[in-house]
Amino acid sequence: MPPILSLRGITKTFGAVAALTDVDLDVRAGQVVAVVGDNGAGKSTLVKVLSGVHPQDGGTITFDGGQTTIPTPAAAQRLGIATVFQDLALCENLNVIENLFLGQEIRPFRLDDVAMETRSHDLLKQLSAKIPNLRAPVAGLSGGQRQTVAIARSLLGEPKVIILDEPTAALGVAQTAEVLNLVERLRENDLGVIMISHNMADVKAVADKVAVLRLGRNNGVFDAAEVSAEEIVAAITGASDNVVSRRAARS
Amino acid sequence: MTTTLQRQRLKGTVESVRGGDLGVIPVVVGLVVIWTVFQILNPVFLSSRNLVDLAMDSAPVGIMALGIVCVLLVGQIDLSVGSVSGLSGAVLAVLFVDQGLPVVVAILAAMALGALIGYLYAQLFNRFGVPSFVITLAGLLAFLGLQLWVLRGKGAINLPFESGLVNFAQLSFVPPWLAYVFVAVAAGWLFVSGFLHARARRDAGLPARGLTGLLVRSGALLIGLGGVVWYLNQARGVGWMFVLFVAMVLVMHYLLARTKWGKSVYAVGGNVEAARRAAINVKAAYTSVFVLCSTFAAIGGILMAARLAAANQSSGTGDVNLNAIAAAVIGGTSLFGGRGTAFGALLGIVVIQSISSGLTLLNLDSSIRFMVTGAVLLLAVIVDSVARKSRTSHGRA
Repeated sequence: MPPILSLRGITKTFGAVAALTDVDLDVRAGQVVAVVGDNGAGKSTLVKVLSGVHPQDGGTITFDGGQTTIPTPAAAQRLGIATVFQDLALCENLNVIENLFLGQEIRPFRLDDVAMETRSHDLLKQLSAKIPNLRAPVAGLSGGQRQTVAIARSLLGEPKVIILDEPTAALGVAQTAEVLNLVERLRENDLGVIMISHNMADVKAVADKVAVLRLGRNNGVFDAAEVSAEEIVAAITGASDNVVSRRAARS
Repeated sequence: MTTTLQRQRLKGTVESVRGGDLGVIPVVVGLVVIWTVFQILNPVFLSSRNLVDLAMDSAPVGIMALGIVCVLLVGQIDLSVGSVSGLSGAVLAVLFVDQGLPVVVAILAAMALGALIGYLYAQLFNRFGVPSFVITLAGLLAFLGLQLWVLRGKGAINLPFESGLVNFAQLSFVPPWLAYVFVAVAAGWLFVSGFLHARARRDAGLPARGLTGLLVRSGALLIGLGGVVWYLNQARGVGWMFVLFVAMVLVMHYLLARTKWGKSVYAVGGNVEAARRAAINVKAAYTSVFVLCSTFAAIGGILMAARLAAANQSSGTGDVNLNAIAAAVIGGTSLFGGRGTAFGALLGIVVIQSISSGLTLLNLDSSIRFMVTGAVLLLAVIVDSVARKSRTSHGRA
């Protein structure tokens, strides 16, 4: 099966700084690809290229069999690439339904709350997510539930690829498990998932492939089932001889 | 089934109040206290005659408060509504009386001037990012100056008593039978729309209000509103100007609660960045509320001039500005943005006007009125701030 999204030789520079150099990445439908790397490795830049915030300077993007460009966020949305950014950007004073449909309400001049509520239930059911009251303000939700709302919102446009930027960064143990369940639901729904993460345990738990970035370049793509956390760390830091491995050897 | 749902609703209400979502509770409590105190001090206070006047006097500043609600919802403020209302009254008088233009033209011109002022504020805010309280504070002084200049050498312009505008603001009351028809239509409409909505929800498999709940609600409205109308009809009745105010409240309620524009206003007040990411045109949302607020201020000014049958150099000065803002805040609109309803303006202005009317009946002059209104505004803001704190500590902010 060919990849749904395929990047070849992606390059992006900011002035004299090369943020990405010749980066390749493949994502298939129903596959979770974890993108890992140290601070400044180019993870966020890659997300921004894919979400249309900063178009690439060089290289090609192939989506669903055809070569394409992503000049704007709207273009990304039209293609079917949805991004859930780390700061979820929800309106705390609005309820779950209002947040899900913010900016894309059904029937602008006489809001169809029945249709929106039904669709909200469907979306959350698709994620097997439980949110007790859809009509309560988002302010009362836990971190995991907010992540659920943000992911559900990105599903409204029926995307084929969904990018999660550090989805578990600020969450507790139980909430992290909740979000990892969501990622598995997305895979079951045949979406391609790109998950940016710092957390090796989460990566090992849900990813099929692990793509390592180092200093803006590819530094290996591993099968998550076969690779050990140490090997990933070695690829992230760029050497088998480094402070992390020395520390591991000492203990 | 219905009873469980109702019990859940009740429990939800209690919880949300504890969590700092006070809604209209403070204003209702405040109103009961104020009415009780003034009635004890002066038995005329709750007479039909006085309440008829109270309703009429509420309308102009109430309409201005309605505009303030919109501006507060996006987390901004307009401190110049008093000056804009004064200017609008002055422009109306000059065009209508001095220039002899038709009254409709004068009204439209004054409203257009208000809209233009709001547009100017929005441009300054969107383009230069100047805080709205500074822009409108500058507007407060500048438009007061313009008002004095428009009325230069005259001091005051009297509007002719026989004009339709003055008649509308002073003497034009709804015939009793028509007022009762309005009440019946309102109750019937509440029931029918609620019933259709509940049926649509049930068809979609969503929980819905039961028939009993709907009947109780519209029955309560019928009896409550009917009682008010009956009591006012013991004197002159319900003024058309007050009906205009209520109609504007209903329209604004619909726009805020049931349209995409309304959601965008709440979203901008709640989290600007989230609104921007959701592809909401944030600048357009700001522009719309500033224009709306200044236009409403102009309408308020026109009605004030009409009620007084004159526009003078002190129109819109004094406590007008603060009354409009106080009414919005007392009605439960948060100064921190994103929370509040159009009905808040109606409840809030009744509180403010009650204080003003009660103190006038006690023959206390404006010195006391200013102090009391200032204290009430402060109290309302304290309630708002405490509620916000409570929301934060309950994880609802």
